[in-house]
Amino acid sequence: MNMHAQPANDTAATNLEDRLAEAARFVRMHAIASIYHAGSGHPGGAMSSADLFACLYGAEMNVWPRGIADPTRDRFVLSKGHAAPALYAVGAYYGFCDRKESLNLRKLHSPFQGHPHVLDLPWVETSTGSLGQGISVAIGMAIGLRLQNNPARVYTMLGDGELQEGEVWEAAMSAAHHKLGTLTAVIDYNKLQSDASNDVIMRLEPLADKWRAFGWDVQEIDGHDIAAILVALRHAGETAEPSVIIAHTIKGKGVPYMENIPTWHGSVKFTRQQADEALAALGASADEMKELLDV
Amino acid sequence: MSSPALIASNGDSLREAFGKALSAMADEFPKLVVLDADIAGGTGVHHFRKSHPGRFVQFGIAEQNMMAAAGGMAAVGLMPVVTTFAVFCLRAIEQARLSLCYARRNAKIVASHPGLDVGPDGGSAQALEDLACFRAIPGMTVISPADATEMALATRAILEFDGPVYMRTGRSPSPRLFGDDHVFRIGKGQIIRQGDDLTIIACGAEVARALAAADLLLRDGIQARVVNMATIKPIDAELVARCARETGAIVTAEDHNIHGGLGGAVAETLAATTPCPVEFVGVKDVFGASGEPEELAHHYEIAAPHIAAAAKRVLKRRRADARVKIK
Ligand SMILES: Cc1ncc(C[n+]2csc(CCOP(=O)(O)OP(=O)(O)O)c2C)c(N)n1
Ligand SMILES: [Mg+2]
Repeated sequence: MNMHAQPANDTAATNLEDRLAEAARFVRMHAIASIYHAGSGHPGGAMSSADLFACLYGAEMNVWPRGIADPTRDRFVLSKGHAAPALYAVGAYYGFCDRKESLNLRKLHSPFQGHPHVLDLPWVETSTGSLGQGISVAIGMAIGLRLQNNPARVYTMLGDGELQEGEVWEAAMSAAHHKLGTLTAVIDYNKLQSDASNDVIMRLEPLADKWRAFGWDVQEIDGHDIAAILVALRHAGETAEPSVIIAHTIKGKGVPYMENIPTWHGSVKFTRQQADEALAALGASADEMKELLDV
Repeated sequence: MSSPALIASNGDSLREAFGKALSAMADEFPKLVVLDADIAGGTGVHHFRKSHPGRFVQFGIAEQNMMAAAGGMAAVGLMPVVTTFAVFCLRAIEQARLSLCYARRNAKIVASHPGLDVGPDGGSAQALEDLACFRAIPGMTVISPADATEMALATRAILEFDGPVYMRTGRSPSPRLFGDDHVFRIGKGQIIRQGDDLTIIACGAEVARALAAADLLLRDGIQARVVNMATIKPIDAELVARCARETGAIVTAEDHNIHGGLGGAVAETLAATTPCPVEFVGVKDVFGASGEPEELAHHYEIAAPHIAAAAKRVLKRRRADARVKIK
């Protein structure tokens, strides 16, 4: 458990689950705002993964802003790199980057590129954006840490459409073969990809069976149920095999006009009215609206 | 029960020289790990597997995963050396681009079986595009040593170097060109034979052929300078320009497509600094085929006589240029 991450200003929230729900709410609002300012980006998969991000950075992982060079920190690799706005948002919430600077998304000279780049932002751990590679990098990290007797854990998050990449299954096979119990993969199973649903583009089911057949410990959860996410992450840390958490989610979760609509995958441009409406739906206060949208 | 004779562990090939050197140097480089995709017997790293089994990581026949995983290993402080055949490196080039070069990892790719030197396995296995492809990735260093002595030196050099490297070895037995006093430095070419009439700039298996071509040319009274250009990127621009100034004509020779490899690198340098006539010896934008390496070199016109013929062509062009200038 990460005892270090303390958000700057969530005074009201008390218990862990409430605090993480508040973090997830911030992630959604911040990601909408940064994509609004950028004039392009991928909101759908940022919304679906927000609760997972909050639990990983707010509770599960041993990583904190001042320990970002600590060799024993846990590593996180965003294999679905197009969800960068959500990663930047959770980073902003927990102090890995500045809340205001990270709204400057996808702009020349900004370190907050459209996809995470480790040379711009060391805390993102590696550069991603080409689907299928992040899980392999995470596997290399897990093998490399073990070879150096370093107990740090490695986490990676994948999209469901991403699972169509052959490299993911090369990676799945190798993680089981090398018995990487320190590896946890989280799948943001929002059922949609770029163009349409997984079922229309390329069927994934039976998905849990596939991972089981590849030798992984498999859990299926509601990816918006914070208590369930925490339990699953904790269990994943105790297995001898690599663990996959298939998190059933809703693409666009939290913004009614976006939920389950494939066209909100990206790359999209928000009008001011859409951004206002999204933040309102997420319960933004007048101050939050101003802080996030009027910069 | 008798086992088949494996052709793989040929004593004087560059891949064997690499594998032995890597194994011998491993104790000096404690962060070194070697990655394999089920062809350690062919790439030379079977030596390392035997000497350092704990630092040898098997990825199975899955090059994309292996390449990106090397990025992860480098991210946590190890120095991974990815090994496979040159042609299969092409399959993982996008992983090399993103997870090694873009992320600026200290990882090495060492590719055996480049070019027509692959021989009987045929066109599907003969990578004639790798130098061009890897050279085009920002931050990638590209090396192709010429003999076993240089291979051992280059192996040390890439392990001492901080950054991503793509290095070719070779499948077939290769002649010794250099003695124990040979020096290898990344980014430095060497004049290995003096001459002032023209310069042949070669890398890898073509260096021996360039020397043979220089012998052929001498019979006609032509004194060819030969440069061993083991680093294709960053190219030794100073030496290329100097040879152009001093000899006025250049031939490039490589076991690779004429497009985008050593010839491309030399031509880019010359165009920007010291324009002069250039002839390119390489495979002329076609795929290879089965055959023995020497047969293939003749068939695809990259053997010594073809380098010599290119030298005569380039001299003719230089004389023509000179006449134009005099008028
Ligand atoms: C190798 C590769 N091919 C194509 C793309 C373009 N692309 C970006 S996102 C995306 C859809 C991804 O769907 P999914 O993994 O389900 O992501 P999510 O629904 O979580 O946003 C595609 C095809 C890419 N980034 N990488
Ligand atoms: Mg999806």
